[in-house]
Amino acid sequence: MRRGITVLIAVLAATTILLSSILVYQWTTKPEKDLILATTTSTYDSGLLDYMLPVFEEKYNVKVRVLSVGTGQALEIASRGDADVVLVHSPETERLYVDSGDLIHRVPIMYNDFIVVGPPDDPANIEGLSNVTEAFIRIAEAGEAGEIVFFSRGDDSGTHKKELSIWDMAGINPSGKSWYLETGQGMGNTLIATNEGFSGKSGYTLTDRGTWLSMKNSLDNLVVLVEGDPILINPYSGLLVNPEKHPEVNFDLARKLIEYFISDYGQQRIANFTVGGEQLFIPCYGNAPDAWGTEEEEQAAYEYWGQPEFDPPSGFFVVLEETSIPEFKRDIKDGKSKIILFYSILR
Amino acid sequence: MISLNEIIEGFFKAFQLILSLDPEVLNITLLSLRVSGTAVILGSIVGLPSGALLGLYDFKGKQLVVNFVNTMMGLPPVVVGLFVFLLLSRSGPLGLLDLLYTPLAMIIAQFILATPIITGITMAAVSSIDRTVRETAISLGATEGQLIWTVLKETRMSMLSGIIVAFGRVISEVGAIMIVGGNIRWYTRALTTAIVLETRRGEFALAIALGLILILLAFIINMMLTYLQRKGERIY
Repeated sequence: MRRGITVLIAVLAATTILLSSILVYQWTTKPEKDLILATTTSTYDSGLLDYMLPVFEEKYNVKVRVLSVGTGQALEIASRGDADVVLVHSPETERLYVDSGDLIHRVPIMYNDFIVVGPPDDPANIEGLSNVTEAFIRIAEAGEAGEIVFFSRGDDSGTHKKELSIWDMAGINPSGKSWYLETGQGMGNTLIATNEGFSGKSGYTLTDRGTWLSMKNSLDNLVVLVEGDPILINPYSGLLVNPEKHPEVNFDLARKLIEYFISDYGQQRIANFTVGGEQLFIPCYGNAPDAWGTEEEEQAAYEYWGQPEFDPPSGFFVVLEETSIPEFKRDIKDGKSKIILFYSILR
Repeated sequence: MISLNEIIEGFFKAFQLILSLDPEVLNITLLSLRVSGTAVILGSIVGLPSGALLGLYDFKGKQLVVNFVNTMMGLPPVVVGLFVFLLLSRSGPLGLLDLLYTPLAMIIAQFILATPIITGITMAAVSSIDRTVRETAISLGATEGQLIWTVLKETRMSMLSGIIVAFGRVISEVGAIMIVGGNIRWYTRALTTAIVLETRRGEFALAIALGLILILLAFIINMMLTYLQRKGERIY
């Protein structure tokens, strides 16, 4: 009996040593830090970042690791020091993190807009309205009448927060209503759900235009019904993690990344990015929409960031000019890095 | 177009991706294998001896430990992911290790998922076989060491089953590795997290194709393990 226990304890001890040595090994041989960008699903899933980042990675010889999550999660991750730089779209929430001092130097980069999509036969009769608040009131009425359902992200994302603020303006509290369905998922999944409808009723939802454009081919039962209300402007900001709170973040490189986005070159590339022939994001450094923030906030941003230059690396040729959903696309440069990665994995 | 066409198209796409050895798909597949494989191997190193220990010996509070292990077998991956995330976060207790958003973080999370399954199944197998074999062995004059050896030899096929079940659980798991790995392209993107991403993007055919690759992979590995199991039974 004694001997058996001794043997088994020895095995367990050996395992512990093995596991901890792996940890220590990883710790001591950690490669040079990469830059971690916490951002929203709308910038990544649309393909914008796959289009923008290779130039930056080439110039500074760095890997930008993209975490594509909801705005709420992106800001939370960054404020814990788990990311170096943030690109999100929810001005009110961003301000909370700026006020707490976790994130600093908020800067306007670009914007696109939100739209209301729904079934082509439009039972709520909102098509062509230029006032989104009125549209939401009609959606609520049609919902109460049992004709339609509304899908909400319900995930604390920038889009979700925008939607809640519109309900607020309409004086409606949709929470818990039978026609109000919260998916708790990303924009893509919520659009898929809206496209399916719920128990025979067609769905409506609020979406950012980027995700809509990149997905609309899969969404046969939906069309754009309301657009163009100034309330629906969707500004994207860059933020840096405060190095005084989190000295381990890669502050200099994070700063350089935002400088790339707001440089003339970067702004031009944002404007050049299209999906299915349509421009997705409108660059706005130096000319932010009202929704982004107050005059003072804008002044402070321009004072800190100035007018940075970005020279594209020599010898870099962009093959990705025509863009669609970026997955598995090959260009010469990327092909090379893929092969290298493949070998490093085999090794 | 969300219809059967997507599934058929997914089949074709899967073949195309496999046959053309698409570098990104290869990268994703190899990462899945590497992460889940390592997690299960480490999980076996810990789980098999602990399971055997729990199955063989009685001690005070054993029932509590057994219940604990059985509960852990059903741990929700998302909860494990969140737990490991908070542990490894730069603001967390192990933040200095800088492990968050690395394949190793994914291995740690899947290790936590796999170990209780291997422990639990080994424990159940050892304790069910224990009495009869033990009595026979003792009546034949076996020493303590020989006794343990016999019991473990008798249960090795069940242990292999435990490993198969654990592998099936972690290779198909998405909640934990999504949180601690971050689904970073070329780095921590595994088959399951890639499927979530492509679904979110509305690329249903591609998502189905990746799903088929995942199933194929699980099938091949299970065949190999089952072959080992059969071979082991025949020898015995």
